[in-house]
Amino acid sequence: MARVETFGKGQAEATKPTFWGRQSVRGTLHAVFVYGLLVGLGIVVLMPLSWMLTAALRAPGEPVYTIPVSWFPTESLHVQNFWTVLTNPAYPLWRPLLNTVMLVVLNITGVIISNTMVAYAFARLNFPGRELLFRIVILTMLMPYVVLMIPQFLLYNTLGWYGTYLPLWVWSFFGSAFFIFITRQYMRSFPRDLDDAARIDGCSRFGTFWRIIVPLSKPVITVMAVFTFQDVWNDFSGPLIYLNDPAKFTLAIALNYFRMTQFSAGVNTTNLLMAAALMSTIPMLVLYFFAQNSLIGGIASVGLKG
Amino acid sequence: MTAVVRKSKRRRLTGMERKEAIAAYLFLSPWIIGVLVFLVIPIGMAAYSAFTRWTIINPPPRWIGLENFREMFTEDRYFGWSLGVTVRYMLMTLIPFLIIGLALALLLNQKLRGMDFFRTVFYVPAVVSGVAVTILWISLLDADVGAINTILRSLGVENPPNWINSARWALPSVALMGLWGVGGGAIIYLAGLQNIPNHLYEAAVIDGANNWQQFWKITIPLLSPTMFFTLITGLIGSFQVFTPAYIMGGTSRFGGGSRYLRFYLLHVYVKGFQQGRLGYASALAWVLTIISAIAVIIVYNSSERYVYYEEGGEGGA
Repeated sequence: MARVETFGKGQAEATKPTFWGRQSVRGTLHAVFVYGLLVGLGIVVLMPLSWMLTAALRAPGEPVYTIPVSWFPTESLHVQNFWTVLTNPAYPLWRPLLNTVMLVVLNITGVIISNTMVAYAFARLNFPGRELLFRIVILTMLMPYVVLMIPQFLLYNTLGWYGTYLPLWVWSFFGSAFFIFITRQYMRSFPRDLDDAARIDGCSRFGTFWRIIVPLSKPVITVMAVFTFQDVWNDFSGPLIYLNDPAKFTLAIALNYFRMTQFSAGVNTTNLLMAAALMSTIPMLVLYFFAQNSLIGGIASVGLKG
Repeated sequence: MTAVVRKSKRRRLTGMERKEAIAAYLFLSPWIIGVLVFLVIPIGMAAYSAFTRWTIINPPPRWIGLENFREMFTEDRYFGWSLGVTVRYMLMTLIPFLIIGLALALLLNQKLRGMDFFRTVFYVPAVVSGVAVTILWISLLDADVGAINTILRSLGVENPPNWINSARWALPSVALMGLWGVGGGAIIYLAGLQNIPNHLYEAAVIDGANNWQQFWKITIPLLSPTMFFTLITGLIGSFQVFTPAYIMGGTSRFGGGSRYLRFYLLHVYVKGFQQGRLGYASALAWVLTIISAIAVIIVYNSSERYVYYEEGGEGGA
């Protein structure tokens, strides 16, 4: 039933009858009802983000949540708020931003290299023990993070990795069960002749993998990259546990750190806080709009793999 | 393909096959090393550490048998408490979010124009999750100047709740934030809905089934595996709520963190990393793992009654 080939939109789209095509009164009423509900709910859903935007552009201390809603700050747009949070001498956020970007790049690199390799072996090579090892992949996929939180700390601490970035990216170069699973499913869908043809043309095993299988797997690689971006960018508990130097913080914990310092200083800086929060969500939003189909398709296939 | 592997177990590998097997294990090596180093060793350490006094300040672990578990069940007053918080949150969100997500998916599955646009809109909160969103909601839920209470007051509610800072509304605050992201679940249901073959509905219409009957006899049974999947992941997920609990709880006026937001995983964190008692925290983590495994098994075993799998369906892997 569920295949990873269903990335992107379903084919059902093409056969949809358009609403404007059928002119019955009942159809019109139905459409008005559905659109009304969707628009109403859509406004409710977008409201908090719009508030974040308008709050980020206000002067210090200016009230944000008023009835009726005032979308535009009274005197002027405080675009400089973004600059202030990036460079304010007390705790400039440009560093955490760079730290996070670095971690995202390292993790995506590791995830792509390791998982395509492992998935290739599972999907397209015959070897003794394949079924057993794949069962272990499935088993580790079900392992909840909480069991590993403390023991991984014990391990990394013993290795002397506490306070460094190592616990936050090294693992990505060793494959992760879920990505192995979806990539393997995807790679299995290519015709078997591909490998044989490549062999006959004198391509080595690694050459087949690198020149044929990897380029064909671009959709699933995109999904992995997007998921990893999202996970690393939003990861809170990992950096919270392993990083102790504010200069090394990632954006997620830096945001909270920034909030706590403002909080204990007793200043009302909702505007700066919202500017910082918005800044940290913009990359996710941009990524979402560009990689929407592979992201939603990927999530949908996750839900279907049952 | 399976047959080939089975056969090859019995006889010796030919030269070609051996070459292929060696190549395969080379490709697999990162994962095999990874499982050993990042999974087997930590789990071994975890099993051992749960029976020790192992602290950050005083590293050499000391074997204390079942002492950690005894403390948990008799002295640690936040053990049962945090479990209670977690279970209440589960009751508040698991089934309600499933129903709301399904309703939203049904709405998005209407064959009308512009549904892709709405799908995009409802999924946005699930994309931006994390610290920024929690900080945003703390601001929205502020008792005095927050958006929610401003709206409630304008609607004539005289004493709107104190949300995060109140005993009664702290947990619903987290749930409200979760509700905002319910579109994430809806997308999964939507994909499930679109996988239901149209001819089933056509046949039902010919047989004279109305919309209500179609919904209960076709949509729900064929969607039940998807619903079951989200139920299981939701179950495991609610045992692991951390970020909102940590950030929202820390803002509250109850000293080092609101006890009304002391979710179980937060309790593990407090014991392990704030108090530095790694052995004890490890024991706590094991108990959580066992509890969530039991919960999953119960749900899984009862699923035969209400999850419908198509005959001859390709069962997962």
